Amino acid sequence: MNDWPAPRRAMLPDGRLHLQDGPIDLVIGIEGLRPAVLQAREAAAAALTGLLPALALELPLLRMPLLGRMPGFRHPVARRMAEAAWPHRATFITPMAAVAGAVAEHVLAAIAAVPGVQLAHVNNGGDIALHLSPVSTLRVGLVEGPQAGVPDGLAVIRGRDEVRGIATSGWRGRSFSRGIADAVTVLAARAPEADAAATIIANAVDADHPAISRAPAESLDPDSDLRDLAVTTHVGDLPRDVVTEALDHGEACAERLLARGLVLGVCLRLKGQVRLLGAADALAAMDRAAALR
Amino acid sequence: MTDRTEQFGAREGNEGIVRCDACPVLCRIRPGRAGACHRYANEDGRLIRTDPLVLLHQAVEEGTPLVPFLDAAEDWAGGVTPAPQVFVTAIGAGTTYPDYKPAPFIVSQAHRGVDTVTVVTEGIFSYCGLKVKIDTDRHLGPECAPVLHEGEQIGHVTTAEYGSQMLSLGGVRHLTGGSKREGQVTCAAMLALCRKQAIEVTIPGGSRVTLQAGAAPIVNGVTETRMRVGCGSAAVGIFAQQWQGHVDEVVVVDDHITGVLTEHQAGRCLNMRPSGLRVRGRRSTPGRYFQVAHPGTGWGGTDVTDPLTLIESIDPKLAWPGMRVLMTSTTGEDSLWLELDEALRPVVAPMPEAVAKTVARIGENCEPALTSILFMAGAGGSLRAGVTDNPILLTRGVQAGEVRVTMGGAPCTLWPGGGITIMADVLAIPDNAFGHVPTPALVAPIEFTLRAELYAALGGHVDQAIALETLLAHHAEAAVNAPWPRGNPWPDAPSGPMGA
Repeated sequence: MNDWPAPRRAMLPDGRLHLQDGPIDLVIGIEGLRPAVLQAREAAAAALTGLLPALALELPLLRMPLLGRMPGFRHPVARRMAEAAWPHRATFITPMAAVAGAVAEHVLAAIAAVPGVQLAHVNNGGDIALHLSPVSTLRVGLVEGPQAGVPDGLAVIRGRDEVRGIATSGWRGRSFSRGIADAVTVLAARAPEADAAATIIANAVDADHPAISRAPAESLDPDSDLRDLAVTTHVGDLPRDVVTEALDHGEACAERLLARGLVLGVCLRLKGQVRLLGAADALAAMDRAAALR
Repeated sequence: MTDRTEQFGAREGNEGIVRCDACPVLCRIRPGRAGACHRYANEDGRLIRTDPLVLLHQAVEEGTPLVPFLDAAEDWAGGVTPAPQVFVTAIGAGTTYPDYKPAPFIVSQAHRGVDTVTVVTEGIFSYCGLKVKIDTDRHLGPECAPVLHEGEQIGHVTTAEYGSQMLSLGGVRHLTGGSKREGQVTCAAMLALCRKQAIEVTIPGGSRVTLQAGAAPIVNGVTETRMRVGCGSAAVGIFAQQWQGHVDEVVVVDDHITGVLTEHQAGRCLNMRPSGLRVRGRRSTPGRYFQVAHPGTGWGGTDVTDPLTLIESIDPKLAWPGMRVLMTSTTGEDSLWLELDEALRPVVAPMPEAVAKTVARIGENCEPALTSILFMAGAGGSLRAGVTDNPILLTRGVQAGEVRVTMGGAPCTLWPGGGITIMADVLAIPDNAFGHVPTPALVAPIEFTLRAELYAALGGHVDQAIALETLLAHHAEAAVNAPWPRGNPWPDAPSGPMGA
C-alpha cells in the first residue's frame, strides 16, 4: 500500500508548523533566517512523508520485546528506536518505547540540516527533539498532566547544555504506563533516549495500593506491545507514604540511568510531590518553579 | 456518532474490536477505546470519528412564514417550528483516500416529497485554480505576464473583461509542475484566497496588487474605489445630454477607448459644434480613440497624470477663444476644467457647479470596485468512486443536469463538455471550508444531490445511505450549525434533465 495520503500540514496562528500523520502529531518551531525557516518547513514535511507507512511495515518486529540480540531493522528510524531502547533491555522494553522521540529526532535532523536554522524544536506529543546553536536558549514549559492547561514548571535549555531531547511519560499520557507517575520528564542528549528512559522511569514510579486500578494492556489495546502486562488505568487518592514509596522507586531507577550516563536530568511528579535529579543548570528553573507552587 | 466502520474500518472477531484503516498503523480498537491517534474511536463496536461536521440549515418551507435565519440558528437545539431544512455539507466530512471506499457521508432526505440523496465528501483537488476578477481600469500588467507571490509564479494575467482586469491563479502546472517551493507557495496563496483572506501579488511590468475576495483591490498601495462607468466612448454616450449647454467639448480619458464628445456620434446627434480638439492615439471611429497613452495607474487606466499631454492639437479654424473643455476619467475620480485663451491655449479654470455635478454623476454610476474570485476545479477524477461504482454514470448525471453539485452548499457552475469541471464563488462557500494536503493540492467540500432512485440507477452506494434524521441524531451535537447563506439557492435534487 503506497497510496496513503501525505501527512496533513497546517500553520498554527503563532507561526509554528503542525504536521500530522495518523498518530504522529508534530508541533514544530523553527527560528533563523527567513529563507532558512521556509526551507526547513519544507524539509520537515518531506522528512515525515512516507515515514509512518515505512515504520508500519516493521511494526510487528518493533512491538517485540528486546532480548539477547539486536533485531535487524531496515528503516533508520526503526533502528534508532531499537538503539534507544536497547540499554534498558534488562527489564521489559520494546523499541516502541522510543517511537515518539525517534520520529521527532528524524524530522528535527532534516530541519537542522538546513543552513541558517538557529533553533528548532519538534514536539511529538510531549516528546521533544531540540536543535540549538551554542548561543540559543529554549524555555520549555512543563505541565503536571494532560488535564492541566497551564505550565507549572519550566526547563531552560541553553545551547551549551548537552540536552537535545526531552520526553515525558505518565499513566495519563498517550501510551500505557505500568507505573502511577503523573509525569516523569527526562532530559537527555537525544530525544529517542529521553523517550525510552521516561517510559522506564515512569514504570518504576509504582507502589501497591487498592486505589490503583490496573488492567492487562491487551484488554485495552489488542495490539499493545505490552501484551498481558498490567497497565495503570486509574490512580485514586493515595496516602502520603505510598506516594513517597513510589517516588523512591522511581528515583532509584532514575539515579541508575543518570549514573550510566543515559539521561541528564529527571523530574518526577506524583500527587503534587516533585523530585528533581541531575542537570542542575537546566533544572534550576524547574526547582524555582516547583518552589513557587 | 454515526457508525463509520464500513467507511474507515472493519470489524474483527467477536469482541467488538474494530480495525481502523484510516492510516497505516491499522489500529485494532476495543469498544470504548480510541486508536493511537485519538481521532478515531470504537463506540459499542462501531468506528466513529469526532471531527465536527458543518450542517447548514434553512428555515424555509414553501407557504410557511419565514423564520429569521439567525433566530433559527439560536433555536436550533430546542427545535423550531417549522422544522428547519438541514443540508449536510462536506466540510469536516473527511475524505477516504484512495477513493475506492464510499464517501464519508451518503445522506438520504425526503424533500418536497422527493426522496433525495446527498453524497458528501471532501475532494482533494489536484486540478484547481482561481479566476480572479478585479474591477479596475488600472493597468495591472500586460496579458500573459506572470503573477508572483513570495517570489514564485502562481498564475498569470489573462484576458481583460469589461471594466475588470483578470488573473488566472493556481492550476496544476504551478501546484505540481514547477519547483517544490512554487507548488507550496501557490497552494498557500490559493488557500488564503479561498478562505477570503488577503494576499499581495506582484506583476512584472505592472503593479503590486492586494487581492481579497469581496474586498476592494489595492493597487500599488492605493485602494480602488470605483469600477468605471463604461469605456470612454460609452461614458460620452451616457452623459452627452447632461453635458449639452454646459460644455463645448468633453474628453473622457480611458485606456481602452477615449471618447471626444463633439466628434462622437452622441455629440453629432445633439448638433454640437466641432471643437477642433484632437487627442493623441489611433482613431477607431469618429470621436473614439485607441491607445491615447500607455496603460498605467493614472487617469482612466492610462499612465497619464497630466491630461493636457493628451491634447495633440487644437484646430484654429474650428476652435474659438473661451471654448470650454471638460476632461474626465471614466470613474470621475480625475477631472479637469479648461478654457481656451485668446491664443487658443487651454488654461485650467474652476469647474462650474453644473459640470461638477455631471462628474459626480459619473462617480455615482460606478459600482464599487471589488475583487471577486471563482474557485474552479475538476471533480471528474477518483472522488467519483466514493459516490458510485460506475463513475461515468455520475459524470453523465451531472452533465445531464440530474445531479446537483454544490461546494459547502454553494451553487456550482458546470463547464460544458467532458468531465465535471465546476466553478463556485468562494464568497458563497462557508468560512474555512478549504484545506490542503502537502501534495500540494487543495481540499474542498463537494456534495452531489440527486433523487434516490436515480442514485440507485447510477450504481450508487445505496446500502451506505443513512437517513438525515439518523445523521442529525448522531452528529448534530458535535456538528457546527451554520445559518444557510442568504444568497445560495437550496440544493434540491434536480427534477430532471436541464431545460426539461
